[in-house]
Amino acid sequence: MKKIYQILIVLTVLALLPFSGNSQCKSFAKKVCKSELMPYIHDGNYNAAILTEGEDAELYKTFYAGQNYRIFICGSDALPEIEFQVLDVNRNVLYDNRKANYSRLWDFKLESSQQLIISLRVKNSEGESEELVSGCVAIMFGIKESND
Amino acid sequence: MDIKFLNCKTLFVLTIVFSVTLLMGCSSGKDKQGDSETVVTVDSLEIDQQLIQDVKAVKEIFYSLPSPLETAMILKQAGAKYNEELMNPTENVTNYVTNKSMALNLGIYTTDLSYASLFDQTQATINYMNAAKKMAEGLGILNAIDEEIIERLEANINNRDVIMDIISETIMNSSSFFEENDRQAMSTIVLVGGWIEGLYIATNLVGRDADLSNNELVNRIVDQKMTLNTVVSLLQENMDNEDVATVMTNVNELKAIFDKIEITTSKIEPVTDEETNVTTLKSKTSVSMSPKTYKELKEKVKVIRNNFTL
Repeated sequence: MKKIYQILIVLTVLALLPFSGNSQCKSFAKKVCKSELMPYIHDGNYNAAILTEGEDAELYKTFYAGQNYRIFICGSDALPEIEFQVLDVNRNVLYDNRKANYSRLWDFKLESSQQLIISLRVKNSEGESEELVSGCVAIMFGIKESND
Repeated sequence: MDIKFLNCKTLFVLTIVFSVTLLMGCSSGKDKQGDSETVVTVDSLEIDQQLIQDVKAVKEIFYSLPSPLETAMILKQAGAKYNEELMNPTENVTNYVTNKSMALNLGIYTTDLSYASLFDQTQATINYMNAAKKMAEGLGILNAIDEEIIERLEANINNRDVIMDIISETIMNSSSFFEENDRQAMSTIVLVGGWIEGLYIATNLVGRDADLSNNELVNRIVDQKMTLNTVVSLLQENMDNEDVATVMTNVNELKAIFDKIEITTSKIEPVTDEETNVTTLKSKTSVSMSPKTYKELKEKVKVIRNNFTL
């Protein structure tokens, strides 16, 4: 009977882990990531997930002429570098953070509104590690009224 | 039920069923390519090589719509004026009792709230925050807009930066709540409600005699053809939800009109200002839209918005 209780507890904890991860991700996005958008205002949208090294993600969004934008890719400290690119709808590369020392933020504005793709990938850890690292990654957008 | 009366085998089976049920309830609801549903949720795990390969095949796809705050900022930047008559009256809150109507009007009221705050309409800002609060409470969103937020809003009612930060926080509280509770369908409906409200305000602020080919508000309205693709993708992800399916019907009616508008864009050239480190994406866009199409669009937006609010 003791063993059954142990199994029950382990399985329950395993089942609840995703909820715990999501809550941590929200808390991380709110407390750590949002402040990095200053002086831009966070648009309020929540785009975050637990990603593992080697895993990639894409986000599709229309950006509007006349607005100033800041993209901030926020990853937990445990993760390796995060590569991110901004692509147009034909997947032409407009920005690649590998050419900017893996900068996590990019400020831009547009002459005409465009649908863009934010493509990111968590790099693999260097070395032959048995451990696969995971952590929260949030794609945050800041907006600022243009004075142009 | 006293657990000691169950035999071991039954208890073991129940344990497995219970755990599998819980695990199934934890799916993220996002597109994942590949055959793995594995989501690793802790910072570091020791797992075997096969699982490593499975995890690597997973790909998250996000579709992001303009938030109510961004919608209001786009309107203002395009030269919109403040017109309270275009907003959904706060007295209507008692009319919304279904999840669908509360979700739609949470989006609508949040857009109205953002619109009012950007034009420094202090009393309207408080009123619309309270209306949004009622919708959030109705949807069971815990603490998205609590008394502390309302008090902070009232204490900073003349500080637009703080107000916008508060609005941004409430939007994030709602969207993350839905995400965490596997209610992406409701989150999508909220965003569509806010988006339609933005379109409704914009189309009603364009003067009758406006030059459709040279008007910033009209340009932003036309730009929604691009956003519409994202709206459709987002709704399609949640089509198993009955409320989403009915919203999709409205969106498809709108799409039929947007399809008559042609937008062509030149190649985008990124140019970075070395001093400010801000990149300008240079491109030219040309639009072909007849006055008849614009009129149809305005009428359809009005019908859909009234359908959402009345």
